[in-house]
Amino acid sequence: MSGEIAEAFARAKARGEGALVAYAMAGDPDLTRSVDVFAACVEGGADILEIGVAFSDPIADGPVIQAASERALKAGATLKRVLDEVVPAVRARCPQTPLVVMTYVNVVMALGEERYAKLARERGVSGTILPDLPPEESEGIRAAFDKEGLDLIPLCAPTTSPARAESIAKDARGFVYCVSVAGVTGMRSELPANLSERLEMVRRTSPVPVAAGFGISNAEQARVVGAHADGVVVGSAIVRAAQADGPAAARQVCAEIKRGLKR
Amino acid sequence: MENMDTQTAPGRFGRYGGRYVPETLVPALLELEQAYAEARKDPAFDEQVTQVLREFVGRETPLTPARRLTEQWGGAEVWLKREDLAHTGAHKINNTIGQVLLARRMGKKRVIAETGAGQHGVATATACALFGLTCEVYMGALDVERQALNVFRMKALGATVHAVESGSRTLKDAMNEAMRIWVAQVEDTYYVIGSAAGPHPYPTIVRDFQSVIGREIRTQSLVAFGKLPDAIIACIGGGSNAIGALHPFVEDKDVRLVGVEAGGHGLDSGQHGASLTLGTEGVLHGSRSLVLQDENGQIIEAHSISAGLDYPGVGPELAHLAKTGRVEVRTATDDEALAAFYRVSRTEGILPALESSHAFARAGELARELGKGKHLVINCSGRGDKDVATIAARGIPAATQEKA
Repeated sequence: MSGEIAEAFARAKARGEGALVAYAMAGDPDLTRSVDVFAACVEGGADILEIGVAFSDPIADGPVIQAASERALKAGATLKRVLDEVVPAVRARCPQTPLVVMTYVNVVMALGEERYAKLARERGVSGTILPDLPPEESEGIRAAFDKEGLDLIPLCAPTTSPARAESIAKDARGFVYCVSVAGVTGMRSELPANLSERLEMVRRTSPVPVAAGFGISNAEQARVVGAHADGVVVGSAIVRAAQADGPAAARQVCAEIKRGLKR
Repeated sequence: MENMDTQTAPGRFGRYGGRYVPETLVPALLELEQAYAEARKDPAFDEQVTQVLREFVGRETPLTPARRLTEQWGGAEVWLKREDLAHTGAHKINNTIGQVLLARRMGKKRVIAETGAGQHGVATATACALFGLTCEVYMGALDVERQALNVFRMKALGATVHAVESGSRTLKDAMNEAMRIWVAQVEDTYYVIGSAAGPHPYPTIVRDFQSVIGREIRTQSLVAFGKLPDAIIACIGGGSNAIGALHPFVEDKDVRLVGVEAGGHGLDSGQHGASLTLGTEGVLHGSRSLVLQDENGQIIEAHSISAGLDYPGVGPELAHLAKTGRVEVRTATDDEALAAFYRVSRTEGILPALESSHAFARAGELARELGKGKHLVINCSGRGDKDVATIAARGIPAATQEKA
């Protein structure tokens, strides 16, 4: 375990807040300017940063992040370049904020699982989320990550049975990412009615914090969901704001969500 | 090659296969795996599939002697497995009948599918019309423009066609979008995958339903020339017709199994669909296989004159069979496939699909390699009517040119 992620959740909790995990796309609109977006998220109150690394075929993502992926790929955002150029710059500007990479398994495989784990850890990454790597396929990668102390953060879905959720939580590193809706990433006007129950269920069995994500874009949703989780993940709302109006808009989205997470 | 039975663990073929999908889909894939295993054990299900294939699809399809090609090529005796004569004009229907019956057995009301050229979309829409299920087909916007005939056929059959605008607006993006839609509607929706690719159990399901091709070749060869063929050749895109024709012969070590990939503008051009020949190990659309990708793990767009081979991945079992050497892999360029299209049309009276034309393009050499007295079966996976606009746009060669 990296330890940094647990500390970030604990610090938020000590302040009486749910943690905000803020996602933005590395390389959108280009590598340098995406660093400003990440830094703005932390200014807005983000407790953990999720660094999106683009993949050509993002099957778990909705239109906002798909479009951001295409922009980032055009700007030359490869995993190697993100680790070499974006991650160190974000670390320098936000030294207290743990960084988590979110990408697809093929991107990590292409760099090499072990090589990636070592490099990511050296650059100061605490964990990694791979939305197309379910538990059945994750053993080898988790072992490679464990060796370097890089957390493989698992996902739980609305379709995951309680028994399966329990086993996912048991093997979790960093935090459990609870997907709030059956679907892809992106803003939703309504979240499922049984979400709070599912979150409490995972929370009871999880040795690590539980964060809910997919579909959360405003303070009210964050307040409702945050009451049953240790934190929320916000992505598309930040990516859309940053693309439309720049880093200051991303900061504003984070600050608004953070208001909803105050208890 | 000791491990001839290629499935090494559930859903694994050597290093390839698996189930690399969002967690939301895993329970649905587990449910499908179980429902399929139960269906396989139920003789009534098998009888039902066989009956529909006979009464509706028109199986078995003939094994036709290609006397003039045999003479022209001057080598092995050439026979054609006529999947072009199956209802809807290609082998794709073998799989969609099976999967739509499975969907019905599972109580699903709604079916989704991806399609490239539209053949799988048409075959899925056909099966859904036959059994009264709602059908939605996802198709790259570029393919919707290029394949107007098949778009019309799908709509006429009552399906809704969604044009996918993301990425390269072709088959791989249609498959991405179908998976995204499935994630959102997984409770009541059955996803019919048309290629022997995708997450486990799809490569196995598609192989099993398409293996009717190879099983028929087996029986028909014994009747027609008293032994198994010496070689079978099929084109490979995602690989559904190839795995169907070749898999029943994997254990027959004396039968050479040959696949032909899309060479596009040439293997050096960077514009081709040769994932077995030039691909590297990666994960695309839910399984680990050989894919066309750059050094950063980004998938490269494939190219082929035939939309059905225009795919940057390949089924995991074929990847395993190719890597272990059981299936020999060759390639044919766009131009070679076109030349083969005219040769077959003018010497045998059959307009083969551009996909199948790739198999024909390499079959002459193979016939000569085998030599006289041997028997070669070419899987004619579909008919070329869908391709006439593409082919005619390049100008029609004078008839004399084809006299060999």
